[in-house]
Amino acid sequence: MKRKFKWSYLYLIFVFICLYVPIFYLVIYSFSTGDRMSNFSGFTWKHYAELFADTRMIQIVLDTLLVALLSSLIATIIGALGALAIDRTSRPVMKNTILSLNNILMVSPDVIIGASFLIFYTALKVPLGFWSVLMSHIAFSIPIVVLMILPRLQEMSHSLLDAARDLGASNYQVLTRVIVPYITPGIFSGFFMAFTYSLDDFAVTFFVTGNGFETLAVEIYARARQGISLEINALSGVMFVFALLLVVGYYFLQRAGQSRRAKHKRESEALINETTH
Amino acid sequence: MKKSTTNVAFYTPYVMWLALFVIAPMVLIVYQSFFDISGHFTLANYQTYFQSGTYIMMTINSVWYAFLITFATLLISYPTAYLLHYAKHKQLWLLLIILPTWINLLLKAYAFIGIFSQDGGVNSFLGMFGIAPQQFLFTDFSFIFVAAYIEIPFMILPIFNAIEELPENLVNASQDLGAKGWQTFTKVVWPLTISGVKSGVQAVFIPSLSLFMLTRLIGGNRVITLGTAIEEHFLTTMNWGMGSTIGVVLIVAMFIIMFLTGERKKKGVRRHEA
Amino acid sequence: MKRLISIALAILAVCLGLAVWSQDLQKSQGNTGDNTLNLFNWGDYIDPALISKFEKQTGYHVNQETFDSNEAMFTKIQQGGTSYDLTVPSDYMIEKMKKAHLLLPLDQSKLHGMQNMDPRLINKEFDPGNKYSIPYFWGTLGIIYNDKFVKASEVQHWNQLWNPKFKDSIMLIDSARDVFAPALISMGKSVNETNPQTLAVAKAKLDQLSPNVKAVVADEIKMYMAENEAKIAVDWSGEASEMLANNKHLHYVVPREGSNLWFDNLVIPKTAKHFKAIYAFLNFMMEPKNAAQNAEYVGYATPNAAAKKLLPKSVQNDRQFYPDDETMKHLEIYSDLPPAKVGLYNDLFLEFKMYRR
Repeated sequence: MKRKFKWSYLYLIFVFICLYVPIFYLVIYSFSTGDRMSNFSGFTWKHYAELFADTRMIQIVLDTLLVALLSSLIATIIGALGALAIDRTSRPVMKNTILSLNNILMVSPDVIIGASFLIFYTALKVPLGFWSVLMSHIAFSIPIVVLMILPRLQEMSHSLLDAARDLGASNYQVLTRVIVPYITPGIFSGFFMAFTYSLDDFAVTFFVTGNGFETLAVEIYARARQGISLEINALSGVMFVFALLLVVGYYFLQRAGQSRRAKHKRESEALINETTH
Repeated sequence: MKKSTTNVAFYTPYVMWLALFVIAPMVLIVYQSFFDISGHFTLANYQTYFQSGTYIMMTINSVWYAFLITFATLLISYPTAYLLHYAKHKQLWLLLIILPTWINLLLKAYAFIGIFSQDGGVNSFLGMFGIAPQQFLFTDFSFIFVAAYIEIPFMILPIFNAIEELPENLVNASQDLGAKGWQTFTKVVWPLTISGVKSGVQAVFIPSLSLFMLTRLIGGNRVITLGTAIEEHFLTTMNWGMGSTIGVVLIVAMFIIMFLTGERKKKGVRRHEA
Repeated sequence: MKRLISIALAILAVCLGLAVWSQDLQKSQGNTGDNTLNLFNWGDYIDPALISKFEKQTGYHVNQETFDSNEAMFTKIQQGGTSYDLTVPSDYMIEKMKKAHLLLPLDQSKLHGMQNMDPRLINKEFDPGNKYSIPYFWGTLGIIYNDKFVKASEVQHWNQLWNPKFKDSIMLIDSARDVFAPALISMGKSVNETNPQTLAVAKAKLDQLSPNVKAVVADEIKMYMAENEAKIAVDWSGEASEMLANNKHLHYVVPREGSNLWFDNLVIPKTAKHFKAIYAFLNFMMEPKNAAQNAEYVGYATPNAAAKKLLPKSVQNDRQFYPDDETMKHLEIYSDLPPAKVGLYNDLFLEFKMYRR
């Protein structure tokens, strides 16, 4: 048993190496004295200096993060409600139809979505800029949220719900005390995947943006014709390290909080036990 | 059961989204598909699609490569998700799997070009063992590898969530009853995690049908999919009619797949409960 | 549930912080509405130092948005919604935008410095008399080769690409007309050929090239050539200068028998609003010193003859990027073809890519 575990860790390590090799490749080149991502030549910080002096770029990054966070938050809420609604649909045909409609934005290439949204917004006289981009990002993130949450709902045994109702819980209580805690992992997955979709989107954003509002992906793709400068690598490096610190920091803070709470709970339980005996 | 009031609150935002951002654009796409390049109403686009072997060939290509990508992704993701379940700090590792997806796709593709090229990292690594430089770029291998790389988190997450829900005592019981590892997997673990797998497959297969960036960047346009054609019709020839026609075909294909793989009766759910 | 709500609130708080910070940066850049200039440009296609200099000199604020293809830019301008003041389409796109009534004529009386332009590079057929556009950068289509694998004499003419020796070693650019151009020129035809029979013959000729074609790619071709992934590429001079800067084994050739001549010109789209700022900017960019600085930053060939004189001698005399008069005579600009013809080119191109060996 023990040896088997070692092998399995080897597999995990291999997967993680594959996932991170390209990232390290990018970050290493951000220190190259050259201009492009080939022929590493000498160490320098100059691309980082360029980056921090570039206010336009910093503003683009801030706007990108703002759109990504806000759109994935809202998409997660709407998507979670949608998943609940789909789960309550009892007729299979109806359910399949809604699910298929749900997936339309995933199967359509970005140019189609972008072009149709642009026509849609100009027809309704929606001004192009932050709000039009935000709405579009919410729109194309919802399907992935639904897909991430739905399996959890379907797995949830109905006897659990019946039991809760039998014990006198109201619909609202069943939702907040039973269903939501159960689908929380799905909600988190949905949020993170929506965030990924939003950060990576280029075509839809390009079509629906305007009036000086721009996101990072649009800027990067537009730079491809001239060759992407290492300033972008430096930026990716900074964002990556920042996200890494955030994720690791959050995880350990949360664990510390949890173990404290657990300890607290154990102590109080012990106390109760003592008093009752 | 008092259904009406609470349900309306659930449905409203989602249904609004369906109506405004799904149905409305879809109607627009279907409408556009009936116009030719000079703006005349016609059925010719559909005729072109179904009569020219080129587009049929492209459709087959798209489905075939989407299948390969999904299969490769599943093959890598399932064991990863399963092993992660038993790892220490599993939530942290999970977050670390998502992290690389926040780096821009184009940059990662450029990094892969550097890694897979004739003078690149992989070939210098092989060179240490005296293996002559291999051609990696523009092969099916590198194309599917990079596509799977991009899609892995979308597959791992739902599978991991499903495995987390797996009742440990069921697995133990199966082992106690003398089931071999493989039997436990096929008879207990796999059936109980199938809903997560299904959701992952949908999240990977459906977008893969219209892939276009990677087919050019890493595949060197050796594989031409419907996504490539749509891109070209929307952006180069500005023939939105033909582009929309292909879009309609993609949507219809997706509907068919959803209904074939979707649930028929409530059988699956009942079985758990019993 | 409580935990989810508190996380959601935390995210909202972060969003608020980001929004305030972003607003703050916007203000610090002096963006206050009326004194702005909305420039719709290719990414990284202007020296940012020049923008700062222009802002300091004139007090206008430049708002830049970027695009990555002529057609995508066209769609955005056509739909409206943003008041773009200046944009930089390529030659055929200028013609197309003119036909679609998307351009405003230039007020020649407000322009100073047109006399600095190379007379060979103005008054072209896509915009006679430069009524609508001012050349920004220009270039050619040519062959890039790696001297580690290929001798210079082996790639002086388009026809030499068909040499069976070059099996699986050529990279083409993913653009129908730039792939057909070599075939058409090598047949002695024009790059603007629209006769379906001639195009079918050209397609047949391209099919014979197919075994030599390693990949059909786009902007990433620079990365591939820098990494020695292919021996030969057919690409634009602008991309070539980028590649040459990163790999000293690469060279660029414009075949003497003819090739494509392209322009990226500054134009005023019909969405323009801030005319004072527009003319200030156009005149600023035509000043030889500024044009030279921009050419050095971007690395493309400048159409500004006075600016060219300010560039290093090695650049001025570089026949690769400033070809001699004899070669210039044989260069042809792409004209804007009717939609059906563009469709024909692209359908044939799609088939070429599809059934490649």
